[in-house]
Amino acid sequence: MSNHGRPLSPHLSVYRWPVTMAASISHRASGLVLAAGLVVFAWWLVALAGDAADYRAFANLAQSIPGRLALLAFSAAFFYHLANGIRHLVWDLGYGFELPTANASAWFVFVLTVVLTAGFWVAL
Amino acid sequence: MAEFRLPANSRIRKGRHFPAADGAKNVQRYVVYRYDPDSGDNPRMDTYEVDMDDCGPMVLDALIKIKNEIDSTLTFRRSCREGICGSCAMNIDGRNTLACTKPADSVRGDVKIYPLPHMPVVKDLVPDLTNFYAQYASIKPWLQARTPAPPDSERLQSKEDQEKIDEPAACILCACCSTSCPSYWWNSDRYLGPAALLAAYRWLVDSRDEATGERLDELEDPFRLYRCHTIMNCSQACPKDLNPARAIAATKKMLVERRH
Repeated sequence: MSNHGRPLSPHLSVYRWPVTMAASISHRASGLVLAAGLVVFAWWLVALAGDAADYRAFANLAQSIPGRLALLAFSAAFFYHLANGIRHLVWDLGYGFELPTANASAWFVFVLTVVLTAGFWVAL
Repeated sequence: MAEFRLPANSRIRKGRHFPAADGAKNVQRYVVYRYDPDSGDNPRMDTYEVDMDDCGPMVLDALIKIKNEIDSTLTFRRSCREGICGSCAMNIDGRNTLACTKPADSVRGDVKIYPLPHMPVVKDLVPDLTNFYAQYASIKPWLQARTPAPPDSERLQSKEDQEKIDEPAACILCACCSTSCPSYWWNSDRYLGPAALLAAYRWLVDSRDEATGERLDELEDPFRLYRCHTIMNCSQACPKDLNPARAIAATKKMLVERRH
């Protein structure tokens, strides 16, 4: 598309984000984290199938501070993607498009993610 | 592919400062995007101090006051000043809206004003809407019917059928919604955007229109319709309180339902 050398008006850098926009990009980001986490999950299964030394190598890494942080991110991404995925399914049925509802459901999903993630690690 | 950074010719520089007149007590600062196509210089942000005790209540009133009394080179579109023509759509305080229906005192701090986002800028606050209008034309926004109209009357509708199109037909094509949409920012060459899709929906649910199948065929495309990811910026931005996101979801539902 030719724009005659015209400048492009600013977009991301000037837009004040509605909460629904943050919820949307978080859904994509959590999907990426889940895809990366799946590799770690597969590694854990391989370590399980191996001998004690294999499993110890995985467990040592998983229990290190960076390992724990990665698992925390993986679990938070899982709960977020799950909760927001259900929000998307409700939309697909045709409900929840009124602005107060859409804003409230976005906040609800964020809070629910914190609660579920915290609950999961406490229960662990 | 999404390009998040502005091109080199679009990066914004510091601009000029126009202080308020002496004796002004109720000063509001307007920081406004300026681009002069004749100079070829990069865009800049000019700051105008406006005496709000001597100004109408809306952001458009302040812009007109700036143009009349401070800097006549400031360029923007405006016409009806009552939210029905859609000309003065711009990005005010980080959100797309109409300057004429946006109260100046609803903005805390400096009032930052940019053209509608991710659009080629003709001058100052005037974006080039050629592509936006072409997309609207592409959905064939007119009644298509093979059945001839009754010879002695209009094509009649029930009250219920009319109510289905009341909301989508209230769109004023100001482009606030489409230019608020990140999907549209990254894919406006292929994604129709919320305004054109709301218009398409208006004809899909019109009881008198007989081209529903063809209209759905045209929309069934990974980009034209399905780049909508329900970000909801469109419905958040609409100055007429319409809900393009819901209309797009209803269109997706129609496409699913016709397979069964």
